[in-house]
Amino acid sequence: MAGSSEHSVDLSHAMITAPVSAADWLVIAPTLVTILGGTLALMARKNTAAQPKIGMIFLSLLVIVNVGLLMRVLDHGVITMVMGNWLPPFGIAFTADALGASLSLIASIVAWCAGLYGLVTVDGTGRRYGFYPFLLLLLTGVSGAFLTGDIFNLYVWFEVLLISSYGLLVLGNDRAQLDGTVKYGILNLIGTNLFLIATGLLYGNFGTLNMADIAMKVAAMDAGGSVGPLATIAGIYLLAFAMKAAAFPVNFWLPASYHTPNIVVSAVFAGLLTKVGVYALIRIFVLILPGARDYMADVISLIAIATMITGGLGALAQAEVRRLLGYLVIVGIGAMLAGIAVGSTQGIAGSIFYAVHSIIVMTALYMAAGIMKLMGGSYQLRQLGALYGLNPYFGGLFLVLAFAVSGLPPFSGFWPKMMLVEASLVDGRGWLAFAILFSGFLSTLAVGRVWIFAFWRGGAEGTPDGATTVRLAPAPEVTSPALWLPLLLLTGLVIYIGLQPDAMVQLVQRGAEGVIDPSAYVRSVFGEH
Amino acid sequence: METGLSVLIGLFFAVSVYLMLSRQLVRILLGIAILGNAVNLLIFTAGRLTRQVPPLIPEHLYTLVEATANPLPQALVLTAIVISFSFFAFLLVLAFRAYQELGTDDANEMRVAEPEDDPLPPQGY
Repeated sequence: MAGSSEHSVDLSHAMITAPVSAADWLVIAPTLVTILGGTLALMARKNTAAQPKIGMIFLSLLVIVNVGLLMRVLDHGVITMVMGNWLPPFGIAFTADALGASLSLIASIVAWCAGLYGLVTVDGTGRRYGFYPFLLLLLTGVSGAFLTGDIFNLYVWFEVLLISSYGLLVLGNDRAQLDGTVKYGILNLIGTNLFLIATGLLYGNFGTLNMADIAMKVAAMDAGGSVGPLATIAGIYLLAFAMKAAAFPVNFWLPASYHTPNIVVSAVFAGLLTKVGVYALIRIFVLILPGARDYMADVISLIAIATMITGGLGALAQAEVRRLLGYLVIVGIGAMLAGIAVGSTQGIAGSIFYAVHSIIVMTALYMAAGIMKLMGGSYQLRQLGALYGLNPYFGGLFLVLAFAVSGLPPFSGFWPKMMLVEASLVDGRGWLAFAILFSGFLSTLAVGRVWIFAFWRGGAEGTPDGATTVRLAPAPEVTSPALWLPLLLLTGLVIYIGLQPDAMVQLVQRGAEGVIDPSAYVRSVFGEH
Repeated sequence: METGLSVLIGLFFAVSVYLMLSRQLVRILLGIAILGNAVNLLIFTAGRLTRQVPPLIPEHLYTLVEATANPLPQALVLTAIVISFSFFAFLLVLAFRAYQELGTDDANEMRVAEPEDDPLPPQGY
């Protein structure tokens, strides 16, 4: 500082001198809360009784600060906070817009549900080896990725969530998990390295890493950034995020690994991880490189179609519930890519809506699968049966989730699908619209089969028609409210969004407008000039 | 200078892709280590290679007076080195554990999570 010197320096040329208003600190609160909670939980690692308490306290705090952040963003528009108060683009900016804040909120709700569910399914060993610290630090990475406004910082948050996901995935250390983690680990690390390559080249071209700054510089270019090095950079980004998001043909790590860990870990992964890839794709392709998105729209459209159809067919070919659900995650990714391929406000809004829907419904479905295993003793469709007789309400609940995931009304999957189909028809992409509907049909068949086999028929394979075999003996944990409360909450959200989509549609419209027209985003970072 | 380093980076990428296409886990891991270094060199080169003084401000001044080297790529590379090193260490242990448990380091034979003789899904209702 210059105070003691005879020269006086005007710091306002280099730093933001106005104090940050207290409410704007909410921008970094989600990452701060989870880092603190994760550290505390790590310090109390051996105290297995305290672990869930620390975990749930900080996850509840996370939900609260995310609610506050979203309300603040809806009231005041995009908010930005710059690390060290250096003027942008020199300081690392955290910029929360409607898109980032709403996804961050949904992610924290899902993580809260998973933390509660984990009370039952994660045993003492799992707690001692760090289930709650990993979960909290995973959320650090996820929230950071949703809220950062700096592209290199986005890479760092990707790595934070990746290393935490490794820990969660291998927790328990059995053979299938090691096998799955090797494939997940190597392919995802290659994906993030590709991301870093593209970021390095982008830096070489523009000399800045701030997303708003890059967006301005790209928009100022003559061709709108559709040619030359930018097309190459966008291509590398597309490959990197397609790997992260599990888009065809670089998605085979997902069905190879998502069914191996503890069911609650599968639930969190299915809900959150691939959607971060989709989010990054929206951020980079729509906000920063819109010219390159137009240039590649046909390629993205083809990838979306292939992802949806192969995912649907893969789901039909599975004999194991968790692996089947893994393919349904992939179908959803295809639908979100469809919106990015269209690129209109409605298309992007449909993608964001579908991401929110998919986060909720996939987590709920994996949680339901965990309860099916506790009741019926297996994940194999051949061995499941008679669950409807055991608990008809659970049968109804699974049916709600099944309808939602295949996009049937009146549940949450219907509205985003409708928006996506309409947007692709308006854009003249009939095949894309057909693929969205056809993949919905395949998903209906796949989950319908699960329901018929696991719930409706009288018992495991071989039970004669009409007969109900031996009463199953469910595991004693199955009555625990910690299993049912998260599932009921998520199913409630699915039904509520299905019946009252207006608020959600407005929110995602706002999110989509914010990335398609980045002026508010840029203004928030650089101030009015 | 940039041209020479670009060729070197290209070689690094070629070697790492070749190694990562192999079936042996150890080779894949070596490929990942080289990939990390290739990316670091790429960022370093993308930040322009200049023979300049370090960006230090003389004692009695408040701004830089002459052209200096760009410190930002070095900060980025430093971050990336730390991250890629920790990931490499984790994957190395993971691969060793996988070798102990699965008895193979051949990617084609690692079929525990997705068994080859998986039963077909039920055909009828």
